Amino acid sequence: MATGVKPRVKVPKTAAAGETVTLKTLISHKMESGQRKDGDGNVIPRSIINRFTCEFNGKPVIDVTLEPAISTNPFFEFEAVVDAEGEFKFTWYDDDGDVYETAKSIKIA
Amino acid sequence: MKLTRRDALAIGLGATAVAMLPLRASAAAEEAIAAFTGGAEVGAGDITLTAPEIAENGNTVPVSVEAPGAGSIIILATANPTPGVARFNFGEAAGSQAASTRIRLAGTQDVLAIAQMADGSFIQTKSTVKVTIGGCGG
Repeated sequence: MATGVKPRVKVPKTAAAGETVTLKTLISHKMESGQRKDGDGNVIPRSIINRFTCEFNGKPVIDVTLEPAISTNPFFEFEAVVDAEGEFKFTWYDDDGDVYETAKSIKIA
Repeated sequence: MKLTRRDALAIGLGATAVAMLPLRASAAAEEAIAAFTGGAEVGAGDITLTAPEIAENGNTVPVSVEAPGAGSIIILATANPTPGVARFNFGEAAGSQAASTRIRLAGTQDVLAIAQMADGSFIQTKSTVKVTIGGCGG
């Protein structure tokens, strides 16, 4: 599913040095589980995002392996330590080989 | 309705079949646990799994898991067609060993969270979620 995939992330604009910030991410994706059947009884093939990673200035924050049991439009909320000004990089890996990326910068207040 | 001997037998058979179902499901879950822990013993500890007691819609059940000091955490839905749900690996920039997401549950079941601590030991916790409408599109 390469169309209509839109990543959305919520990152605070500023933080104090060393502060722990909460990040929220959502990406629109059907997350077809491979369990459902269509009207003719044929199994709809699996098509999900299988991996999500977040990095801050090249340092890993979280690396998630997704299974079909993750809901449509996968949502994640987690925390990261901001030690300096920099950029959060979010990456989603689709079953079909597509990679969706987005980035958000954060400043030290 | 009068309960005949034939009915009683049928009910008995049905009950046995229902009782067998969780057994089969947990076998797959145990395999998934073994794949994560490598057969190591799983103890109890400082791990929290937050899930609703009753989920009306099995398609999106909000869960969050927290295990201070964990390197990675897996979530398993013991009675789903495939028990694996997600695996979180925390990196050096992680602010806490906690994460929230939304998952699918096929029916009323135990949701399991297992964390691998920094010293290599494993701890687990579980939470029972009652699901009104299953989320696997069966």
